[in-house]
Amino acid sequence: MSNSILQIKQISGHSGVAPGANSGAGRQDYTVAKLIDVTTCIGCKACEVACLEWNGYPFRETQFDNTYQTMPDLEWNYYNLIRFNEHTHADNTFQWLMRKDGCMHCADPGCLRACPADGAIVQYTNGIVDFQQDNCIGCQYCVTGCPFDIPRFNPETKKVHKCTLCSDRVGAGLEPACVKACPTGCLHFGSKDDMLDLAEKRVAQIREHTSYKDAGLYDPQGVGGTHVMYVLHDTNNPEAYGGLPKDPRVPWMVKLWKGPLKWLGNFAIVAGIAGTVMHYMRFGPKEVHETQKREGDRP
Amino acid sequence: MTESRAAIRRYTMAERLGHWFAAFVYIYPLLTGLAFYSPHFFWLAVMLGGGPTSRFWHPWVGLLFAASLLWMLGEWGADMRITDADRQWEKAINHYIRNEDDQLPPVGRFNYGQKVFYWVMLFAGTMLLFSGLVLWFPEVLARQAHWLLLLAIFVHVGAALISIGAFIIHVYMGTAMVRGGFTSIVRGEVSPAWAKEHHRLWYDRVTQQAAQTPPKS
Repeated sequence: MSNSILQIKQISGHSGVAPGANSGAGRQDYTVAKLIDVTTCIGCKACEVACLEWNGYPFRETQFDNTYQTMPDLEWNYYNLIRFNEHTHADNTFQWLMRKDGCMHCADPGCLRACPADGAIVQYTNGIVDFQQDNCIGCQYCVTGCPFDIPRFNPETKKVHKCTLCSDRVGAGLEPACVKACPTGCLHFGSKDDMLDLAEKRVAQIREHTSYKDAGLYDPQGVGGTHVMYVLHDTNNPEAYGGLPKDPRVPWMVKLWKGPLKWLGNFAIVAGIAGTVMHYMRFGPKEVHETQKREGDRP
Repeated sequence: MTESRAAIRRYTMAERLGHWFAAFVYIYPLLTGLAFYSPHFFWLAVMLGGGPTSRFWHPWVGLLFAASLLWMLGEWGADMRITDADRQWEKAINHYIRNEDDQLPPVGRFNYGQKVFYWVMLFAGTMLLFSGLVLWFPEVLARQAHWLLLLAIFVHVGAALISIGAFIIHVYMGTAMVRGGFTSIVRGEVSPAWAKEHHRLWYDRVTQQAAQTPPKS
């Protein structure tokens, strides 16, 4: 089965083990990853077009803002945006930074943690985090959980969308559409281990042959690492690439209310009900004896 | 309840309808809200028509609950002010819990516990309303304001839990514990003995009024 590559690891809003999880069938000893080498991105937008084509979305209307960016922002039917930034270095020289923005497919996905709808967000054993719009209730809690500000809401259908890492293609043994379309070899796809190896070699190459001595890999550990990784010119300053967070983490409020607070609340509800039952068993009801009334009313 | 002629009217028809309207528009967001609160309760949303349906109606019915609170503020706000008699009663609340009602000081139309329940629900409802409005349309919030969503979820959950605690006690006392209470909010009447036992000051007031002016109906 080609889809044996997509085995469910966990799903959102579900008590107990997700159906189909850990079935053993098609279990993999590797996870997949996309590596984006921003140093070789020429901003051609082939990946954006391939993404739209594969997912069947029309090209959106946009506004020209005097930059090389196609859209002001990601949209519910625009999963993949090359963010353009003109960066001024300390020595007043300019540099154009192009970064392919989209879902990072976190190993610890904040969207999945925050989602209350059973099975609306799925994490596969190969690392892909996918939204299942059939189960989505449109509450947008995923938006609060995402440290990268990725999920986008479609107000018409009340469903949230984001990059699927082409789970449908990957499930059939193909690379994501964006990777297939990339003409410069800036995008790579394979097992996460292979992509880490590749990134390590590329970073060493950049450091050796260029002036980017702080080049490095972006695989943030605050979210358990990601299945979309960057090679950056300057790993100390990811914010320069259009707001890539330096140390992304699932917001602590989400962790707090989805974790200890929820259990405290559940306990309080159960304890409250148990308390009333115990009170009834110990003290019983308040009954009013009607004798007083009778002496006045009855002849 | 053989002497129905002697029964005292405790709640008007409007008050009873208002109470049950409030109960309905509280319970629907409660059940759907529990579904969004925990995966262990998500089956509630399934039973009530599915997640998306529940998500659609939850805020609308919540608005009706806010409206019912506003109505209750107008209807009962004055009655619910905490008086000196209530403070005396509060000091003896342990006797109430132990059903030693003969050791309690007399109170008016509502006792201290009922008043606290009322104000707790009003407070929690206000919190739920404002946090809920933020959560209703997160898409209109600017990206920089997303911290507000986190805060709103926290406040919404916290206020809901407070109201659930109050609601559990309210339902228990209104049905199982205080006999006659449930009938009073359905049929609107209590026996004079009940009124005397639980709300002596109110009983004295209404019986004196009744003695002075003939009852309206």
